[in-house]
Amino acid sequence: MKGARGNVFLAGVGGQGALLASEVLGEAFLIGGYDVKKSEVHGMAQRGGAVTTHLRYGPKVFSPLIEPGSADLLVAFEKMEALRFAHFLKPAGAAVVNAQEIMPPSVATGRERYPENIAERLAEVTPNLYLIDALAAALSLREVRAVNMVMVGAASHLLPLPETCYLEALRAHLPERIVEVNAKAFHSGRALMAPRGAGR
Amino acid sequence: MSIPAREKVGLLSGNEAIARGAFEAGVKVASAYPGTPSTEILENFARYPDVYAEWAPNEKVAVEVAQGASMAGVRALAVMKHVGVNVAADPIFTASYTGVRGGFVIVTADDPELHSSQNEQDNRHYAVAAKIPMLEPSDSWEAKEFTKLAFALSETYDTPVFLRSTTRISHAKGAVRLEEASESSLAPGFVRDPAKWVMLPDNARRRHVIVEERMRAMAAFAEEFEGNRIEWGDRDLGVITAGVSYQYVREVFPDASVLKLGMVHPLPSRLIREFAAGVSRLVVVEELDPHIEMHVKALGVSVQGKEIIPIVGELSPGIVRKGITGQGVPVRPFAVLPGRPPNLCPGCPHRGLFFVLNKFKVTVAGDIGCYTLAALPPLKGMDTCVCMGASLGNAFGIEKALGKAALGKVAAVIGDSTFLHSGVTPLIDIVYNRGFTTVIILDNRTTAMTGAQENPATGRTLMGKATRRLDLAALCRAVGVDHVYTVNPHDMAQTEAVLKRELFREEPSVIITEAPCVLLPDHRKKKRPVYEVIPDLCTGCMACSKLGCPAIEWVPFTPDEAVAAAKAPSQKGMARINPLLCDGCNQCPPLCKFQAILEIKD
Repeated sequence: MKGARGNVFLAGVGGQGALLASEVLGEAFLIGGYDVKKSEVHGMAQRGGAVTTHLRYGPKVFSPLIEPGSADLLVAFEKMEALRFAHFLKPAGAAVVNAQEIMPPSVATGRERYPENIAERLAEVTPNLYLIDALAAALSLREVRAVNMVMVGAASHLLPLPETCYLEALRAHLPERIVEVNAKAFHSGRALMAPRGAGR
Repeated sequence: MSIPAREKVGLLSGNEAIARGAFEAGVKVASAYPGTPSTEILENFARYPDVYAEWAPNEKVAVEVAQGASMAGVRALAVMKHVGVNVAADPIFTASYTGVRGGFVIVTADDPELHSSQNEQDNRHYAVAAKIPMLEPSDSWEAKEFTKLAFALSETYDTPVFLRSTTRISHAKGAVRLEEASESSLAPGFVRDPAKWVMLPDNARRRHVIVEERMRAMAAFAEEFEGNRIEWGDRDLGVITAGVSYQYVREVFPDASVLKLGMVHPLPSRLIREFAAGVSRLVVVEELDPHIEMHVKALGVSVQGKEIIPIVGELSPGIVRKGITGQGVPVRPFAVLPGRPPNLCPGCPHRGLFFVLNKFKVTVAGDIGCYTLAALPPLKGMDTCVCMGASLGNAFGIEKALGKAALGKVAAVIGDSTFLHSGVTPLIDIVYNRGFTTVIILDNRTTAMTGAQENPATGRTLMGKATRRLDLAALCRAVGVDHVYTVNPHDMAQTEAVLKRELFREEPSVIITEAPCVLLPDHRKKKRPVYEVIPDLCTGCMACSKLGCPAIEWVPFTPDEAVAAAKAPSQKGMARINPLLCDGCNQCPPLCKFQAILEIKD
């Protein structure tokens, strides 16, 4: 298993906790015995702008950036952002997409429309599309901020690590008082994927 | 590198690694001004035991404080983003002459691609111009190792040392070996030595000779330095590279021969010649300017560089491949979608100020901070943005060019931290030289854009200590501004009234818009109202949309949908407030002539 290598591209909107999710994923791979590199941009992008993280694991990783056309897994925290970065996927790559829609300024002010048929357009790009309602799962735990760990849980189903790695990483990165709700969110994310038989 | 036992390895960003390296090197004093992509270095360093770390008002002060600590015999660190070095250049160029006592390292975090900056200058030029050696790590692992090495070199060669990072080093995470902190062998204390520390011309002339000798010694060191290494492979292609570009080269050409440079000034001429002689085709792969390439060419060595590798923007594995092979990899076309630029947060106090300012149709000289985002639609509330503190001087210059015609037509807009960084001296200029500029200081009680750092006006330090809080109004009065007023920018009627009066005043005036950043924990903990649009009352006039608040969403209608919603068929849509985003700032309700925006009552 440790000979495996892979590229995970995370995309979301500033404020959704995508960066923390990538922290937990990266740490989980390090715990799992992989070399890991992970790159993201802070600063301006945090203010409601598009946020992306490149996460790469393997026996030895050089570039911190994923090239377009080479991601094994796209984890998108927002539906349109999935489409924006779908060109990063390999032809056989998989996409775990939160169905949540967040309007960008031009749509919120009526100058443009939120694009339609995103699921269909994504399905043209990848045969392995998992569209899930992470927001509903987080809200059912009464913690809207747990969307990110729901997504980590869902993504974990398609990644070559045992569950313990994620939970250890989660404990390493979160304050004690919110570990439990985030672990629950992680498990509910995993459960969202389970019925599809996509787990490994 | 081989990966040691798990407990001795952390997954650290380049910035965390630099902080760790400084701690392990025994640094006692660190000073910085926040700036992306450098900010997390001091935030992380401050958490280590037995260290002093501070936010300075600006980078020049940060360098002077660190230099003072070095004079007193302790290891010291100054940290800034690339443009911060412009501000700090004055002490840096002479620190090169004085040299050091305790090791003195200056981190410059460059931002190729301008992810969060106003230019993408290449600060390797500063190493050359100031005659200061510069190390450049290529990942987090090296970032920590090179930081420690930089302190050792600084003391051995009696020189400040630059450590250059870039966004993809600072904000990329990778494995880092964790080691113990070491204690300095130097005894703290200032030793009087005017020939070294007092840069009167006569002393400085002699120091310049020493600087030149030092750089010759550093160049000899560069030839032996293990961070400058040849990785022989296939001799058909030889690449000279440094920094993150090395990783891209290795990714794309795993079998090529590579000269990997860990020190980018001074460069190892003999090693470069040896490498060049051993390969058929020689290419330099470096981001931004042809710094290494020019040196190689000056040696009379034939090399390809900027004719195949872009000078603009950051590199990537794909760009490096295309440059060297001429072939790209076919990629799916990407979807054309509505853009998602950054925006002022829901409830941001700046939004109220810019909404009001727009009514006056003034030229707004802007500055560096979150509020620069107000330049984007729909507010489009800013006409210039150059550098930290430029708004006041720019506004005053516009005023001097236009004379009386500028009265009521120009305003400068600047944040609290930016004002203290470099807005005070231009305010003195405005008063001293009899201007009538209206200066608006947006005081949101933090340095927001970089992630809420403390500053002199917040009353707290980086180390979490309470301190005397700078009084912005008193400061402005003290430099001679007689008309200083504080307004609540969420109260747009009040803000408008004060602006109307002050814009036309034939004397300098300062308006302080005071309301906390919505990201501050104290604000987030407060119970805040949530507003909603009553659908029956909304006429779709879009008055509220003009605020550009992310919480206010436009729901478009077709004529049939409009009729179904009991609206006129001509109504194009209506507004909706996203309750998950609404911060309860109360800016939008007064804008609705139809009283359709009401507080949600439980």
